[in-house]
Amino acid sequence: MTMWGLLFANLFRHRTRTTLTLLSLMIAFLLFMLLRAIAAAFAGGVTVAGMDRLIVDAKYSMSDNLPLASVAQIRALDGVAGVAQMNWFGAYYQDPKNGFAQYVVDPAAFFDVYRELIVESDVVKQFAATRIGVIASTSLAQKYGWHTGDAIPLHGLLWPKQDGSWDWQFQLIGTFAYPNGAPDQPLLLLHYEYFNEAVAVWARNQVGWLAVRVSDPQRLDDVANEIDALYKNSSDPTRTVSQDEYSRAQASQFGDMGFITTMILSAVFFTIVLLTGNTALQSFRERVPELAVLKTLGFTDTAVGALVLGEALLLCVTGAGLGIALALLLEPGLNSNLVTIIGRFDMTWQSVLFAVGIALLIGFGIGIPPAWAARRLTIVDALRGH
Amino acid sequence: MTTLVNCNGIAKRYMRGTQSRGGTVSVDVLASVDLQIRAGDFIALMGPSGSGKTTLLNLLGGLDRPTRGTIEVAGQMLNAMTGATLAQWRSAHVGFIFQFYNLLSVLTAQHNVELPLLLTHLTRAQRQKNAATALQIVGLADRANHKPGELSGGQQQRVAIARAIVADPQLLLCDEPTGDLDRATADEILGLLQSLNREHGKTIVMVTHDPKAAEYARTALHMDKGRLVEAATERSAS
Repeated sequence: MTMWGLLFANLFRHRTRTTLTLLSLMIAFLLFMLLRAIAAAFAGGVTVAGMDRLIVDAKYSMSDNLPLASVAQIRALDGVAGVAQMNWFGAYYQDPKNGFAQYVVDPAAFFDVYRELIVESDVVKQFAATRIGVIASTSLAQKYGWHTGDAIPLHGLLWPKQDGSWDWQFQLIGTFAYPNGAPDQPLLLLHYEYFNEAVAVWARNQVGWLAVRVSDPQRLDDVANEIDALYKNSSDPTRTVSQDEYSRAQASQFGDMGFITTMILSAVFFTIVLLTGNTALQSFRERVPELAVLKTLGFTDTAVGALVLGEALLLCVTGAGLGIALALLLEPGLNSNLVTIIGRFDMTWQSVLFAVGIALLIGFGIGIPPAWAARRLTIVDALRGH
Repeated sequence: MTTLVNCNGIAKRYMRGTQSRGGTVSVDVLASVDLQIRAGDFIALMGPSGSGKTTLLNLLGGLDRPTRGTIEVAGQMLNAMTGATLAQWRSAHVGFIFQFYNLLSVLTAQHNVELPLLLTHLTRAQRQKNAATALQIVGLADRANHKPGELSGGQQQRVAIARAIVADPQLLLCDEPTGDLDRATADEILGLLQSLNREHGKTIVMVTHDPKAAEYARTALHMDKGRLVEAATERSAS
């Protein structure tokens, strides 16, 4: 018999009740780990952004396009080192469920602006030379088992072809990878020349948005103002922001993930505090005579209080530990399934430590009231109530 | 025989009720009790309900503090001790036996008996050995791994006695130890207490309503309305 033995024996006095409470805690902390990872995945898309990049978009709506001519006009501005045009293609592969990002780009200009992407120069050259060519991010190619030379049929949802068909045929030229630590977002790059030639006439010579590489990152704001000033009085006014700001705006289309996550978790933990707090108090009330007996045997007030607090902490930390362990077990499977939807799905050690911190906080929160009551318990009164 | 317990003019007043419900009423449960208990004595403390027997027992065991007067046990003044010191003193010097056994239902007999030893510096092996010895003394070595719910009332009280003696205290305080038992079992328990007194030299103070139980003691004291009303009656116990 040890103090730990006494702690465990008391904790599992009502096995069903304790098991159910542990399960509630486990689910809550599993949810915590999953939601933190999802929120981090969304935030990760923001932080990967280049520091020397601007995004030029139509001023009033992301869905408006810009004239193709703006590419050359902006490229000619002082301080601009490169301009990559992009169109959102918006198609699916074989089945409507197989949706992923597809950008229509100028191959050389795209990789000149997004220099952090890892791609062989021969692949870029071949991509530029092959009008129906596409290149895919590594994870996307892996997901669908694509190999170089494979035909990639896409069914368009936004852009019909000139002949009225919505079916587009492409050929995989190769793959590119993201730098270490960046989210591995699935992305397919299509050739603008082919797109602009094949698409319906009304959609030609337009670009969705531009990525501008600035020669001096210190002049990011100046160049952005210069670009917007250029189109201020045109029919296509622009809104130019840093890549970072643009990514944040994109992510916010899904809602403020951080806020949503915090709200959900607050509700979950509030419920958990009520549940476990009630369990701790109920357990204390049932054991008043036993706690008095411990004091009779020589346990000090502090020791008895610590024993009650220890049970609450043990309950919360065990429940949290189970939830964290389950989340870490599920991580590889979730990562491979969610990588094409939200990018990397990582559970960090910071999340684990944060979860343990919350578990301790809940443990103290629900344990201190009964522990204090146990500490103040007078032996004679408690035994008289028996 | 030397004096183990020396009480001088102890009184106990309880406040009943609350200010919010019509005020408090003070109740004098003990009024100036003087008592000396010799080491090795076996005292039966008798008297009607409400006479102050249990209160006196609680004061002797350091479970409660007197409103007035002093209590000295084995040369140590209980009045002067802090709560934590008093707790430590209890663990080393007093064993308690209650009417309803008060065992921890989640622990086995062996673990219940080991409980007071958790407060000592004994190793786990020594704690186990001492608890096994105590269970052997009360004749329950073969029930060491049973939980209280799996034991009869008499067996539970034996476990409680083993728990009370495992730390080898000088003083055993028993509050109606046979009040929940049938006659035959009560006699067994009383016989056990008597042997602890005679063979192991334990000083025992036993609160009881039962004159037959009192016959096992060497000395009988009677209380009424918070006072010792009769001089100690010494008997040569059979």
